[in-house]
Amino acid sequence: MNEKTTTEKKTKPVHPVLNHFREDSPGTPHLWCPGCGVGQVWHFTTKAIEELGLDEDRVLWVGGSGCTGRMCTYWHKDFFHTLHGRALSFATGVKLARPEMTVLVHSGDGECVAIGGNHLIHAARRNVDITLIAINNFNYGMTGGQFSPTTPSSVYTSTTPYGNQEAPFDLSTLMKEAGATYIARWTTVHARQVINAIKKGIQNKGFSFIEVLAQCPTQYGRRNKLGDAVQMMEWLKANSIPKEKAEKMPPEELKGKFIIGELFADTRPEFSDYMRAVAAEAARKEET
Amino acid sequence: MTLANKRVRTGTYFLQGNEACGEGALAAGCMLFAGYPITPATEIAEFMAGRLPRAGGIYIQGEDELASLGMVLGASAAGWKAMTATSGNGICLMQEEIGYAAMTEIPCVIVDAQRAGPGTGIATKSMQGDVYQVRYGSNGDYSIIALAPSSPQEMFDLTVEAFNFAEMYRTPVFLLADEIVSHMRERVTIPPAEKIHLIERKKPEVPPDQFVPFRAETPDGVPPMPSFGDGYALPVSSFARSETGRPTTDFKNQDRLVRRLWEKIENHADSIARVETEGLEEARVAVISYGSVSRAAKDAARNLRRQGKPVAFMRLITLWPFPDKQIRELAKQWKAVFVPEMNMGKMVREVERVAGKFAEVFSLPKPGVDMHTPAEIQQAMERMFA
Repeated sequence: MNEKTTTEKKTKPVHPVLNHFREDSPGTPHLWCPGCGVGQVWHFTTKAIEELGLDEDRVLWVGGSGCTGRMCTYWHKDFFHTLHGRALSFATGVKLARPEMTVLVHSGDGECVAIGGNHLIHAARRNVDITLIAINNFNYGMTGGQFSPTTPSSVYTSTTPYGNQEAPFDLSTLMKEAGATYIARWTTVHARQVINAIKKGIQNKGFSFIEVLAQCPTQYGRRNKLGDAVQMMEWLKANSIPKEKAEKMPPEELKGKFIIGELFADTRPEFSDYMRAVAAEAARKEET
Repeated sequence: MTLANKRVRTGTYFLQGNEACGEGALAAGCMLFAGYPITPATEIAEFMAGRLPRAGGIYIQGEDELASLGMVLGASAAGWKAMTATSGNGICLMQEEIGYAAMTEIPCVIVDAQRAGPGTGIATKSMQGDVYQVRYGSNGDYSIIALAPSSPQEMFDLTVEAFNFAEMYRTPVFLLADEIVSHMRERVTIPPAEKIHLIERKKPEVPPDQFVPFRAETPDGVPPMPSFGDGYALPVSSFARSETGRPTTDFKNQDRLVRRLWEKIENHADSIARVETEGLEEARVAVISYGSVSRAAKDAARNLRRQGKPVAFMRLITLWPFPDKQIRELAKQWKAVFVPEMNMGKMVREVERVAGKFAEVFSLPKPGVDMHTPAEIQQAMERMFA
């Protein structure tokens, strides 16, 4: 950052995210470890909101538990810090009652696909107008780095000391099958692409799923000798293959790789719109 | 046809308890119903699926009970009156969210059409086994309101009252029905809309910059509640929090917060809790019951009085907060109190706590499926007149 030479003009630099940061947040400035990808996604989200010029009083951040679940508690406007796994259910209720609100849910891989997996597939199936930003850092960071449903096979976590015996979920593929109408996968390296994806997700009238692969140097990186945050981001970048390129590659070459890009987009009736239309029609019939 | 007319079907009908509950919810202004099918509560969902959309509301079927109550709480936090209906098994699944609602003070109505348990039990048969799980089921400490209807008419009346209490005290309120009351058909009178007293939650009277989200400045201990989207930058979380919504681990704060959550209901127990009584004059023996069982108990007490044996009848309309005052005052004249209930003896412990100093308290347990007959209750009490 270029500091101005004139001392009288020297003001305390303010990080752009602080314009959206709740003043009395717990654990000021925040609870994430140095180098964590969650803070980056916090920034990307506020950037997307700024660039869309949304009325922030009508933007609700929803979260559950875990490192990602805590993101909402720093948002300076309405936030709904719900229960572990249930963020999408609470968010659905809000969206039905206040369709004019932008409802954003941040959820970690453990929360959204393990304890909240049922709500995840059904929110996508209903096509409720919610944007879910799923931060996938391949483990439960908050509780000390246990394996999650997205942890790759044979890697080490605090509960897979002999290597992970389970196969991971491919979240974006799962979401496509479940019925999400906008799906993108990027990594924390792809700042601009993530911001654009969140913007598109918000603009999509339906259920949008944005998966952001993120580094967890404290837990996942440490146990798998992936280095510090920067080295982990290099690792994410090196193992990411754009969708267009991946389509031309043989499956064996894609093993262990992350396919990134805008993976899917579709249009179909949004749940609450459809419900309201049906109700209005029923009421009209009753009048005649 | 006005919206009020779509919601309040004034008239006298022959209704099933669960249908009457649905009519009550519509009359109370319920805007969202979210539920998961379960016997013996399903008719409420079916009723709401048909009628609620025509009254401007939304019916949504959750993928499970957890989703259902989550949606209810989301809708309520966004300003809608909302309800779910389930049976005891569903309540088990909802317990974490019940504690969440108590902590975040989000109003909601939860209907529990109790069925025989434990476990899957007998879906189509009655029991009163959930009286403790609705009071004490979630972690931590909080108070709650639970109403026990004993007829389809009360399934209507108390559903309206449940919404009123939920809004007034910012709390989950249970309508603790049982399979018998849920499935019974009887005459139900729905009054004209203007005769139905409705209460709405308090909204803040100050602008957002002066608003302290969880500060209760009125003696009722209930903070005003804006909705999401109203511009109040609402911090809703079930972390232990200060009045500003900031999470804290401080003891003094915890003490203040939990006491307030407890006292906002317990300190108003005398005005919340209601009982029905009959035949109090000269009675030295009493029967205390609630829900469907109270119908048999009333018969038993009347039969004994006809034989010249004065027996007082008391029915708990409110189970929680427990009507301590009403029972204590009457128990001073009693020497024996009988408590028939369709479980192995639960509310009898509360009766013992309050009336035990004055009278001998007898439990008449029956673990579900069959309700007590008037004769069984009568026989038990008759020995006091030997």
